[in-house]
Amino acid sequence: MSGPDRTLATLGRRRAEVVETAKSGAYHLITVLDRGGPEPQPGQFYMLAVADLPGTGAGFGPAAGLGRDSQWTGRPYLPRAFSVAEAVVGEDGVRLSFVFAPVGPGTERLARLGVGGPALGLHGPLGVGFSSPRRLNPDAAGAILVAGGIGIAPIAIWRKRLAATNTAVRTLLGFRDAAHCGGLELFGKCANLVLVSEDGHLGRRGFVTEPLEEMLAGDGAAGAAVYACGPPAMLEAVRVICAERAVGVELALETPMGCGFGACFGCAVPLADGGYLRLCVDGPVVRGDRIETALVAGSGHRSRR
Amino acid sequence: MSEPNPDLRAMLCGIRLDDPILNASGTFDAIAAKRVFGRRLIDRFPFSAFVSKTITVAPRHGNPPPRLWEASGGLVNSIGLPNKGLDGFLAEDLPQLAALPVPLIVSVMGSSPEEFAELVEGVAPREEVAAIELNVSCPNVHSGLIVGEQPVEAEALLVGLRELTAKPLIVKLTPNLADPAAVGAAAVAGGADALSLINTVKATPIDPETLRPWLGNQSGGLSGPAVMPIALAQVRAVAAAVPSTPIIGMGGIESGLDALMFLAAGADLVAVGTACFRDPLAAERIRQELTKAMRERSIFSISEIPGRTGWALASTEIEGQLEG
Ligand SMILES: Cc1cc2nc3c(=O)[nH]c(=O)nc-3n(C[C@H](O)[C@H](O)[C@H](O)COP(=O)(O)O)c2cc1C
Ligand code: FES
Repeated sequence: MSGPDRTLATLGRRRAEVVETAKSGAYHLITVLDRGGPEPQPGQFYMLAVADLPGTGAGFGPAAGLGRDSQWTGRPYLPRAFSVAEAVVGEDGVRLSFVFAPVGPGTERLARLGVGGPALGLHGPLGVGFSSPRRLNPDAAGAILVAGGIGIAPIAIWRKRLAATNTAVRTLLGFRDAAHCGGLELFGKCANLVLVSEDGHLGRRGFVTEPLEEMLAGDGAAGAAVYACGPPAMLEAVRVICAERAVGVELALETPMGCGFGACFGCAVPLADGGYLRLCVDGPVVRGDRIETALVAGSGHRSRR
Repeated sequence: MSEPNPDLRAMLCGIRLDDPILNASGTFDAIAAKRVFGRRLIDRFPFSAFVSKTITVAPRHGNPPPRLWEASGGLVNSIGLPNKGLDGFLAEDLPQLAALPVPLIVSVMGSSPEEFAELVEGVAPREEVAAIELNVSCPNVHSGLIVGEQPVEAEALLVGLRELTAKPLIVKLTPNLADPAAVGAAAVAGGADALSLINTVKATPIDPETLRPWLGNQSGGLSGPAVMPIALAQVRAVAAAVPSTPIIGMGGIESGLDALMFLAAGADLVAVGTACFRDPLAAERIRQELTKAMRERSIFSISEIPGRTGWALASTEIEGQLEG
């Protein structure tokens, strides 16, 4: 695990057949077979073309067949960015799993896909993934992984990778309530797992940042390397907690993305020393001390119906 | 089946291009894309010429987020022209863009004629630069008027810049005015070699939760398929006004048929913008579809497309008012 953790993307959008869909609590899981693509790094993401498929040649002119889908409203138009939650390399390609909640036109369209149906257009893998605990903190004794809600996706694949390299991992998963909870299977029979929910329906009641603060108390901070993904408010809390204790932390952020490969400049995140980074090419995983805040206007899951 | 493939070769002010499909400024960052895709991008470069994102004299960070809003069949953006400034561009970006396998067009924007002159004088002498596109959708700090909305301003700007370089000057027209053809004609009278249109259509999305403008900059510009009929109308009007000036048509091109429509409306070349966001190789697909669409219509070269010689504007197109 040296060098920037970026696997180069295959150029252009390709199709990946849906091989499995499942519901897990409030979340949906979709697994596709990417025959053309490389194995992604944990933390990298894909743009999923939730609208029409490539190769149909359909624009929006007379050839587009606008009547094809009675739900068609002109949205979703752009692809959507999703962190990969699991990647299994087989002889026929890479099985990529994504987790989502149907909250808007893009994710609703995704929820209607199924095995045997139309293939999913995608491009990727994109962005930079997580870096090793030693790169985050030369004295790291292990990794602390913190996920909130649907932020479990990149944390799940990173935990697996770290466990496979015999890194000591402690995982904290926090959920708001039963209506915003799921995907626990991605963590299998994971050791050192702490579950937290704000309403107390699962595990300990409270915020996921509370067990994090306990772990970082006393001597805990010196050997820590923290990785987090979740809603902006949670990531901001994790960023501040780690900054106060001078703990190395990488955050997997989320902003609206138009393209995913640096073309549109839409994914701006304010830098600590002024200006912005483009989250799709300089992230989505960023060191906590590089950014001014994780509370980026317009980011976070919300309905935009 | 035995028909030959149409010849897509095109010409822009003396620059030979393999085909008429460019990128639209600000919608493809070849340097970032090279980081993401590596060498493959160079081996399979999707455009026949590369247009840089607009640069300004001073570096700019761009607008506060959010910068994007997905509209029906399109996108509203208020990116705010982030760029390294002229010096940063010349030192850091130009050498990398020069390594692309296609001619390079640099897009510039000044907030005064003096700034435009500084940009043209900085960029034009570089032999890597084949042509300059002038983004005139910005107010002149002296007059407060948007150069691209005022025929008089546009002509005066071009008269001044024309003295500075013999390289092709392309003026990128804004669609946000009643008569873009008047500005296009004025720019040509002032010395512009070519025109490109359309830039984005002024747009202000409202956040359904707060009921206030969504974008950090309040308003932005609409692009994508939603604007295509507007762009076609303006390309026709401008083509009729400047019959012998090359036109780069753009606005919502998603398919080869869309590209053919622009060529038929009077464009000589086309540019693909927002469609690249959906697929970085969209221009390659559009090229294949354009070839097919031409072959199906027994059109075997770009010059055979009826284009602006094939029609005259109807009086309703000139005077407007009667539609709807
Ligand atoms: C995100 C974004 C950034 C843009 N940046 C620029 C720019 O820097 N300079 C410019 O002249 N036009 C810029 N444009 C306008 C495009 O070049 C083009 O004129 C417009 O988007 C219409 O084409 P399209 O519908 O194919 O995107 C931008 C458009 C978008 C969507
Ligand atoms: S999403 Fe387009 S530049 Fe990052």
